[in-house]
Amino acid sequence: MIFAVLIPLIIACFIPLLSKLKEKIHTGIFVLFVPLSIFLYFVQFLGRDFNPIRHTYNWIPSLGINFDFYLDGLSLLFALLISGIGALVVLYSIFYLSKQERLGSFYVYLLMFMTAMLGVVLSDNIFVLYTFWELTSISSFLLIGYWHFKERSRYGALKSMLITIFGGLSMFGGFILLWVVTGTTSIQEMINQVDVILDSSYLPLILGFILLGAFTKSAQFPFHIWLPDAMEAPTPVSAYLHSATMVKAGLFLIARFSPIFSGSEWFFIVVSLVGITTLCWGSYMAVRQTDLKAILAFSTISQLGMIMAMLGFGTTAAVFAAIFHILNHATFKGSLFMVAGIIDHETGTRDIRKLGGLITFLPITATLALFGTFSMAGVPLPFLNGFYSKELFFDATLHLDSTTFLAQAIPYLAVFGSIFTFVYSMYFFFGVFTGPKQLDKLPKKPHEAPIGMLLSPIVLVAGVILIGLFPNIVNAPFLLHAAQAVNPDVEFHKVAFWHGFNTPLKMSLIVVAIGIILFVTRKKWSKVYTILPGKLSLNKVYDQIVEKLDVISGAITRSYMTGSLKNYMSIILASTLIVSFVFMFITNGFTLEYDYLADVTILEVSVVIIMIIAAVATIFTNHNIAAILVLGVVGYGVAILFVVYRAPDIALTQFVIETVTVALFLLCFYHLPKLRKSTDSARTKMTNLFISVGFGALMTMVAISAHSSNWFESISDYFVETSYKLGGGHNIVNVILVDMRGLDTLFEIAVLGIAALAIIGLIKLKKDKGAQ
Amino acid sequence: MEIITSILAGILFATAIYNLLQKQLLRIVIGTALLSHGAHIFILTMGKLKTGQPPILTDGVSDYTDPLPQALILTSIVISFGVTSLLLVLAYRTTKENNTDNMEQLRGKSNE
Repeated sequence: MIFAVLIPLIIACFIPLLSKLKEKIHTGIFVLFVPLSIFLYFVQFLGRDFNPIRHTYNWIPSLGINFDFYLDGLSLLFALLISGIGALVVLYSIFYLSKQERLGSFYVYLLMFMTAMLGVVLSDNIFVLYTFWELTSISSFLLIGYWHFKERSRYGALKSMLITIFGGLSMFGGFILLWVVTGTTSIQEMINQVDVILDSSYLPLILGFILLGAFTKSAQFPFHIWLPDAMEAPTPVSAYLHSATMVKAGLFLIARFSPIFSGSEWFFIVVSLVGITTLCWGSYMAVRQTDLKAILAFSTISQLGMIMAMLGFGTTAAVFAAIFHILNHATFKGSLFMVAGIIDHETGTRDIRKLGGLITFLPITATLALFGTFSMAGVPLPFLNGFYSKELFFDATLHLDSTTFLAQAIPYLAVFGSIFTFVYSMYFFFGVFTGPKQLDKLPKKPHEAPIGMLLSPIVLVAGVILIGLFPNIVNAPFLLHAAQAVNPDVEFHKVAFWHGFNTPLKMSLIVVAIGIILFVTRKKWSKVYTILPGKLSLNKVYDQIVEKLDVISGAITRSYMTGSLKNYMSIILASTLIVSFVFMFITNGFTLEYDYLADVTILEVSVVIIMIIAAVATIFTNHNIAAILVLGVVGYGVAILFVVYRAPDIALTQFVIETVTVALFLLCFYHLPKLRKSTDSARTKMTNLFISVGFGALMTMVAISAHSSNWFESISDYFVETSYKLGGGHNIVNVILVDMRGLDTLFEIAVLGIAALAIIGLIKLKKDKGAQ
Repeated sequence: MEIITSILAGILFATAIYNLLQKQLLRIVIGTALLSHGAHIFILTMGKLKTGQPPILTDGVSDYTDPLPQALILTSIVISFGVTSLLLVLAYRTTKENNTDNMEQLRGKSNE
């Protein structure tokens, strides 16, 4: 089974080689065999006595991450949809895309997507599922931005990427929590541990995160905004990704996890509510669109909302209806996208205001569209599959387990959404194919599409009619297993056109009646849209968020990345101060002990006082020579302290170095501008003073406290004892420097050498005239 | 006495930091010089001040001051000398090239 998943990816590696031949043969012809063979491979699993199959291939066994492929009814339904519609889309694209396009890239992305999608539906391992999930987002991003020279394409691609990756990451968080709770990475084993998950205190987080992932992927309210913008993709991509497969990944996820989550009350509330809202909002907004693909995009949103709602209901009837509608929607929506593509291809525009009366030019396309739109609308005719699923949907809304207010309201909302579904379906068909001809507005003279382009929608419409005429032929061998994977209680459900004059049929008739009235009087009430949504637009919210994030993060960065050394120093020192003082305060770190202190003598105190005066004077002096002198006083004071504290070697060094430093300062000061009085404002001065005094106080406290807490004896006794025995020298400091710790000395010499070389370089190097 | 030298180190640090926060390049170099003095006093204080003879082995003496901080300070003095002299020359060169020793004017452009 791993080959069925990975074959598209493997073939994709060879596409660039094949596309060199594209002058002679369209690359799509080679590609066509890939989904076709996968489809045939999966067809063999169809049948009444189907049992789930599992294959495992090791990937990272130590982390429990393996390619666990699990084929049950639900996966089979999706795998057949992906490969079947994939084959039809590739066939369609052969005629849709000309050989001048970058066909290599197109088919590589498409095959990549196919692998990703098959991986999503077949994986039993949550982390592998997540991997494929993100691969669908990435390949979808590439496909939406296929015409990357168009600004709208890039915008749409980025938008879908940001939203779906946001959801994907959130889903990943949910998966990690699931893994933490159950200790397994397999979904089927999680289903066995459903009590553990439902009792877990993480349940709200898990549910929220995973639902967020599903809602963003399946374009549910309010994350639906990426789907209409994704219509900038080539039409085969829209037909494949954004109607039949990728947007159903979220539904698949919900269906896959519903044996676990359906025990939670919140699952019903959240999923049903979001689904019903999406259904109503999507169908309401679809009527407003003028672009054919935008109508279809909002229609997809609303239909996905309907399926989502049914999955949320969770009753046996609802689950079966949801599965049934997944199949039906894939057939009619795929064909409608292809019809929209044909119209675009043959007339040069997708703007419904410019189109009209095309039935005489495109009779076959019109027929296909008729079946597609009427099935989408749920017109009660015995050869349209859309009617059956709508009927089942109405039936499901009437028989909910719950008796809350939400459950009471759902049937009305369902009818409301369906009325608008009816209106936009009619608008799509009659707006394009009937009415006045406006040939002067069309960029091209319309004529019927080539047979190759019509082939794929014909197959899909044949599916619509076939399922419509014999709804039970797919039911028992196929859909039943899929529905049982979601809810094991589902039993064989005989679908029939006529149930008697019952409530769902009445609801259907109400929909048709009000739908016709609303469609006919469309011009009169379309002003409603200026009230709702009016100025209210979720796209604006998204744009604002993206823009504001950019602006705010830029402002934050600019506020502290000022390029001023002084500011950076202040930030570093102030944070050091705060952290150290707070830490000292919390741990009660300051200790003060008077034992073992050396005696205070007049000599030392007077040296210290002189040094303090000199050090403070460096701040106030504005005269070069004076500054050097007071600095020298500090240096010599240090040297005298070294003498007093029995350190002859460092005293010697300090005297010499201080003298050389003073000489160096003199030399440089001669060339450098004079010291000036500080021009800082009083406030800056206060801040500087505060930081510096605070830092000085901190160092004093650290010194006193460190000295007061004498944890263990010094190792210096060892040096004293062994200085002569091992090092052969009487001067212990010198023995330490060259024998005991000679490495320090080596590198200190290196430091001096490097400094000397750098100084030579700085002085000798001439200014590069050419450089700016 | 250790407390007094601790305070001295603290004051050296405070003046050093105050100089470092100034705009003129020279003041910053003075600040680093003061900072290294402060650090040396700090290390010296961490050893015990004045508990014996200078650390040069002499017959009949068993009580020496701690030689290890002295070795560390010696290394540190040399390194800070190297750094200070490099900074001085760098300040000289920077001033020559840019005709200013004001750190505010030496900031990078906003679009960099």
